[in-house]
Order: sequence, then structure tokens, then C-alpha cells
Amino acid sequence: MTDVVSPADRSMPRGLAPGPSRRDIGIKRRYAAERRFRAYGIAAVAFGLVFLVILVSTVVRHGYTAFVQTSITLPIEFTEKIVDPGNRRVTEPKVLVTANYTLLIRNALAIALDIDQGDAAAMRQAMQMVSESARIALRDRVVADPAIIGQTVDETFLANANIDSANKGQIDLTASQGDRKVSDQQLGWMKHLTATGALHEAFNTGLFLSGNSSRPEAAGLGVALIGSLYLMLTVLALALPVGVAASIYLEEFAPQNRLTDLIEVNINNLAAVPSIVYGLLGLAVFINFAGLPRSASLVGGLVLSLMTLPMIIIATRSALRAVPPSIRSAALGLGASRMQMVFHHVLPLAMPGILTGTILGLAHALGETAPLLLIGMVAFVANYPTSPLDPSTALPVQIYMWASEAERAFVERTSGAIIVLLFFLVAMNIGAILLRRRFERRW
Amino acid sequence: MSLSLLLLCLSIIGAATFVLGRTRAAALSGSRSSAMHSRLGYYGAYAAIWAVLPAIALSCLWLVISPTVIDNAVRKSFPEEVSSLPPAELNLSYGMVRTIAHGMRLLNERELAAIAAGSADLQLALALKGVPLAVRPTGYMIDAAEKYNHMRSISRAIMSAATLVLSVVCAFFGLRAIAPRFRARHRVEQVILGGLIVASSIAILTTVGIVASMLSETVRFFNMVPASEFFFGTVWDPRFADVGSQSHGSFGLIPLLAGTLYIGFVAMAVAVPVGLFAAIYMAEYASTRVRSVAKPMLEVLAGIPTIVYGFFALVTVGPFLRDIAADINGLLTGNYSSFIEAQSVLTAGFVMGVMLIPYVSSLSDDIIMAVPRSLRDGSLGLGATRSETVKRVLLPAALPGIVGALLMTASRAIGETMIVVLAAGVAARMQLNPFEPMTTVTVKIVNQLTGDLEFTSPQTLVAFALGMTLFCLTLCLNVYALYIVRRYREQYE
Repeated sequence: MTDVVSPADRSMPRGLAPGPSRRDIGIKRRYAAERRFRAYGIAAVAFGLVFLVILVSTVVRHGYTAFVQTSITLPIEFTEKIVDPGNRRVTEPKVLVTANYTLLIRNALAIALDIDQGDAAAMRQAMQMVSESARIALRDRVVADPAIIGQTVDETFLANANIDSANKGQIDLTASQGDRKVSDQQLGWMKHLTATGALHEAFNTGLFLSGNSSRPEAAGLGVALIGSLYLMLTVLALALPVGVAASIYLEEFAPQNRLTDLIEVNINNLAAVPSIVYGLLGLAVFINFAGLPRSASLVGGLVLSLMTLPMIIIATRSALRAVPPSIRSAALGLGASRMQMVFHHVLPLAMPGILTGTILGLAHALGETAPLLLIGMVAFVANYPTSPLDPSTALPVQIYMWASEAERAFVERTSGAIIVLLFFLVAMNIGAILLRRRFERRW
Repeated sequence: MSLSLLLLCLSIIGAATFVLGRTRAAALSGSRSSAMHSRLGYYGAYAAIWAVLPAIALSCLWLVISPTVIDNAVRKSFPEEVSSLPPAELNLSYGMVRTIAHGMRLLNERELAAIAAGSADLQLALALKGVPLAVRPTGYMIDAAEKYNHMRSISRAIMSAATLVLSVVCAFFGLRAIAPRFRARHRVEQVILGGLIVASSIAILTTVGIVASMLSETVRFFNMVPASEFFFGTVWDPRFADVGSQSHGSFGLIPLLAGTLYIGFVAMAVAVPVGLFAAIYMAEYASTRVRSVAKPMLEVLAGIPTIVYGFFALVTVGPFLRDIAADINGLLTGNYSSFIEAQSVLTAGFVMGVMLIPYVSSLSDDIIMAVPRSLRDGSLGLGATRSETVKRVLLPAALPGIVGALLMTASRAIGETMIVVLAAGVAARMQLNPFEPMTTVTVKIVNQLTGDLEFTSPQTLVAFALGMTLFCLTLCLNVYALYIVRRYREQYE
């Protein structure tokens, strides 16, 4: 017997009566909501990643030009009449320090650019093309090697920051002459010098070797890198032993009483305290009470050690907990004392986790700025510190100081410094991940 | 003898004692190692500990006490008219004496003789060595400086001699105690345990130090500026006086607190939706491959130093917002002036929010993953879509943990410094427009303390009061977060 089946129900199997129509449970609406929800999730992840890409690419775009520097090479005639007119350099070496090296540069520029020295306006424009650190470079050259007096030697010195920017194409040349920092005449000279090979770009070793300077072309990260190195060494020397010792006690030896609970809560709170509070602590205790010198990297190291200590303790405790109890029981069963069990068996097995946590803690401390600002490591330091008690600065603080400068050329320097900082952080994080992958044991 | 030389001698004595102890233990045991109670190294370590620890304790004690003793002695030697000066000037004179003494240690015999004979100028000689003096030193100062140096060198010599003698005597004592049934390992392990306890107490000492140091400076501040004016004042102007009050300026906390809370609110408004949705997506929807790539990339956001965020906000985000606002304004009203300033609440809040995304995301991710599969499966089995499962089953189950995570993120936002220093401006006022600058507590701490410092002026001490407030606020938030998680956490199976 054939059923009367409507054409729309052709999908239903024959022999069955059509069932009640489906109740509207709003399935389409719910699926649409599901799709929207999923889209929000993707949008959120994409937002974070897109921002990360924008951040890194902006910094790199602004900063990669900081690694080359425009220099000018000119033949400088070290005429004795200008450098040492009274021929007193043998008896009084100090006369070489106060000689008029600017005049040597003026003469060289006048010859190279074919300017009449009497034309004061042109000479001033020409002198503005050269960095003010040039005369100091010449002075150091002559003081180191007085035999050079009387000869004509090719000397290379830095171009002014504006010329550097123009050479790298960072200045809008279509603006009118009054609005930009480089005049048309200077642009013409730049072309001339580039054609003769006197103006050229070279790798910017000054960025890594010089100290701070108020002139952007001569400012460098040398002092900041050494200062950060001292800080990291101090943190490693202080926070690692104390942190590991404290974790060993809390994890293996401490009795379960209220005092131990208090210490644990304490350490978890310390990990969440804002870093600026540690700066205040350092200021009040280390500088005010103990009288250590301000801006010393020792004080900065002490403050950063206190800040990194909770992080290392937490990482070490989880590494110690990951070692299975069977190892402990086996050692004790063979007659080891508890101290021997911990130091000879548990600790070596937990070492990879401890080192990973330490490296991550060090990477965090490398990027900290706020506590160092308060203890005075924000000073303008132009010479290398010779000991941890000398005033110095640190890499993130140097970035902060340059970020507050008004000159446009400092933006490029700051971005270059950020690239250096990110490079170190990436290296440390990758090192930690490799260490974990290579040495971590899954029990 | 310099300190480093003393330390070197002590370490040599310690090492020698260790070797001697071990050799003696080996000799005593004959050839049977079972005759000794502990392994041989422990006997050497026992003797070395005796040699080194009491000597170091003596040196530390001496170094802490001797400056006070020398100070008192030198001050007693001041002439009558100087001792009767008020304490501030007396301290200043004493500081000068110490600077002179320090400089005189750098001069050699010939220069000292020339100064004593009066032919060379002390101030100039010291300046050439890099020790600047503010005023010309008067006669009694030079005498006092010489006495200071004399006492200091005698004290240092006595300390070195006493330390070395004590070290040798104790080493002898330690070596004498070595005997076959002597339980050296126990003693050594007790010392090591003591060391571990000292290390743990440093963690407590840090908290005590934070609270005590800031508390003392805060109390000094509240002696100068009443606490009610600080906590309830609505004007922050540390330099100029309000009409009718003391001449130290007004230190009202409310505008700073308002700025902190407002910027924190904007930051959370950015971080919480993005972080939660990212966590939910990565926990529920993402394939393992996507998760293994996206999660570390979001963690990278957490690893970037905040100074980089601050610089990015200053140089890119701020001008971008300003230009966008100018364009919008121009399109709408024809007037191309920007209504968003480059340094504003929006700039700082937005960038801080992006910085906080990984905190919210990774904490929530852990919490959502910890909800048992049975709830998820049960809900799906009853016909709910995945989003309904998340919204109606998983999030309520994970809610205490998520609220705790949000509170911890909020405390991080409140304590953030570098982003707001560079991107939020220094205008301390209370207003609701997110397009204008507002400053926060942390910015003002940095501002008040970079510059000339004297620890007696309220301008400097206010930074400690602000820091104390910040510390208490973040502590309360963290403790409350912990309490909420503990109290409302559901124990599944």
C-alpha cells in the first residue's frame, strides 16, 4: 500500500508516517551565536598577535638605521703652529689638551668644500655638518701620538646628527628650507662629499662603545651595557644561592607549622609587589641608612636581587617538587642523611628547572626600570664605571633617558637601543627554552 | 690590611684547615674507613667551619661597631665652639672632616708634608685627586681628619690581627676535636641547616624591611603634613602653598588615586575581554597546533619590558590617536583640531591593557583547563552548543579562579610605572574625559624622587607615603584574590 507522501517528504523512508514537525528550539539563532562567539575568540587572539607584530615592526623600522652611522673622512693637516705654537709639548703635555682643534677642522673643511675662510656664514654652515665630538676625537689622537704633529693624515669623524638623518633619508626634503634642519647649501655639500667618497656610512661601533652624550650622534650604550652586566652578575651571585637555599629549606626541612605558612604567604605576596616599592626600599635602606653611593650598580644589583628572589624561590620549589619521592626514599633507604639526600640526589635532578627559572628571572630583571630610577641610576654617565661602586646606568634606564630627549635623532637611537635590549631578552629566553628541552626529565 | 686581603687570608686558612683535618682523619682511621663515624671530608669541613665562621662573625661585628666608636671619639675632640653648634651644622662639619680624611688617604707623603708646612693648599690638592671640598677647611678640621685616619688605621690593624689569631686558634680547636667516633657529619649538617634557615629568613626580612623603612619615612611625613590632608585632599601641588595653609604646598592623594583607578579601569576594559576570549578560544576551540603557536606568542607580549611599551605609546600610539582624532573631527565638523591629546588616559590605558592581555589570558587558560571534562561532556551531551557550554557551565564553574586572576591583574595594573610615566602625563587633576592626560601615584613617586633629594623635606617624604599607600592597596587586592579563590573554589572529584 502506498502512502500518500507529499513531495517535500521524499527524504523520509517509505512506510513511516510523517512525524510531528520539529519544535522550534531556535537552533539557527544558537548556531549563529556559536559562530559569533568563535569569531570573537579568533578576533581576540588575532588582536594580541597583530599588536605584537605592529610593536616589533615599528621598533625595528625606526631603529635598524641606528646601526650605521654617517662619517666624514678628511685630510687634516696637524700644523704645529696651531696645535703647539710655543713648542712646549715636551715639558708641558697639557698644552696639547687645550689646543684649538676646531681650527684644524675648519681648515680641512674649507679646502675640501672650496669655501673662502672669510665667508663666515658659509663656514658656520660647514662646521655645523661635523659633530662637535670631532674635535675631541682629534684631541685624543694627538695626545696619544704627538709624533703626528706636522703631518697630514686622513681622519674620520662623525657627521652631525642632522646630516646623518638627511643621509639616511629621514628628513623631508620637500619642505621649505626654513622648516628643516639641513639647508640646501649643506645638501649640496653632502652630495659633493659623497661623490668624492669623503662622506660615507659605516657600522656604528659608537652605539656599543661610547658613553652617554647630549649629542645624539655621539651617544652610545657602552656604559649602560657594562652597568647592566654588573647588575646581572650581582643578581646571579646574590639571588641564586639565597633563593635555592631558602627553597630547599621550605621544601625539604621546614616543619608544617604556622611560621612556615607565614613565610610561604609572604613570598607569594612579595612576588606580586610592584617593582617601584622595591626601589623605595632600596632608597630608604641602602642609600639613606647604609650610606652606599647613589647611582652605584651595587645598590641596583641589591634591589634587583630582592625583586628576583621570590621568582627564583617559586621556580625552585616547583622544580624540587617535580622530583619523584621514590628518589628520596631510595637515598634514605640506602643510609644517606637528609642533607646528603637533598644535596647529592634531589638538587642535581632539579637543577635544569632551577636554572630555567633563574634565567627567566634574570631576563625579567634585565628589563626593569622603575626601581633603578629611584635609586639614582638615571644619572648622566659618560665614562665607563670601573667597579660596582662607581656611578653607572643600565640599558632600560638609558632607553628611558633617551626617550625623554627632545631631539628627533634620539628616536632612532632609542629604537636601536630597544632592538639591542630585545635581542638580549630573546637570547636569554631561547637559552632557557633550549635548556629546558635538553635537560628536563619527565618522570 | 684591606678587607679583600683579609678575606683572602681567611679563605687560605680555611682551605688549609680543611686539608689538615681530612688528612688527620685519614691518619686516625688507619686503613679502615669504617672506623670513622663520618666520611673524611666532613671532618675537614668541621675544622674549616670552626676556622672561618667565628672569625667572620668577629670582623662583621667590628665593622658595624667601630665607625660609631670612632665617630664619638672624633666628635669629642672638636673644639668648644664647634660642639655647641646645632646638630645640623655639627653633622655638616663632621661630614667635611670625613671627606678630608678620605682625601688625605689619597695623598702621598710628599704632598702631606707640603700641606703641613703650609706651602701647598689642601683644598686644591684634594680637588686634583677628585675629592671636591665645598669650603676651605679650617684648622681643627685637619687635626680631626688626621685623628680620624689614625684611629681608623689602628682599628683596622687590630681587627685584622684579632680575626687572624681567632681563626688560627679556632682551627686548632677544631682539629683537636677530630676523633674516630666524633659525629662530624651531624655538626656540619647542623651548620648547613642554620645557613638554610638564615636564607629563608631573608625573605621575611625583605617584607619587614619594606614595611619598616617606608613606615618610618611615612610617619616623618605625617608629622609635617597631617594625614587627613594627605588622604582626603583633592589638590596635588607639592610646590606652591594653598591660600591660608603652611608654605609647603598641598599633597592631596585623591587626584592621583583617581588617575590610577581610571587608567587601570581603561586597561582592564581592554585586557579582560581580549584576554578572556583568547583564553576561551585557546582552551576550547583551537587545535593543538594553533594553540602551541598562539600561546607562546601571547606570552611574548608579557616578556617585553614595560619601557618598550611606554616608548611605543609615546612615539607611535599617542600621535596616531591624535591624528585620527584630528581627521575624525575634520570630517565631522570641518575643524581639523584633535580632541585626543598625545598623552592621555586613553593612550596609557590602551597600551597597558595590551600589556596585561597575556596575564589575563594565561591565568584564565589554566583555570578553564582545570574544570573537569565531565562537566563539559555532560553539557555537550545534553545538546548545548560549545559557546553555550562555555557561557553557562564552564565560566560559572571557573568563576572564582577567574575573578582571582582579574584581581591580580588589577593589582599589576595599579603598580605599573613606566607606561604611565611616558604616556600619561603629569597633570594631577580629577576629570572624566579619557582624552586628556591624568597622572597616577607611580608617576608622582618617580617625579618626586628624581631630582635633588633631601630627606627632611615633605616633597621627598611624600613619595614614601605614596609608596606605602600603593603597597597596602596591592597587598589588599592580592590577599582578597587569594581569599576569594580559596573560599569559593569548587572541589570536583
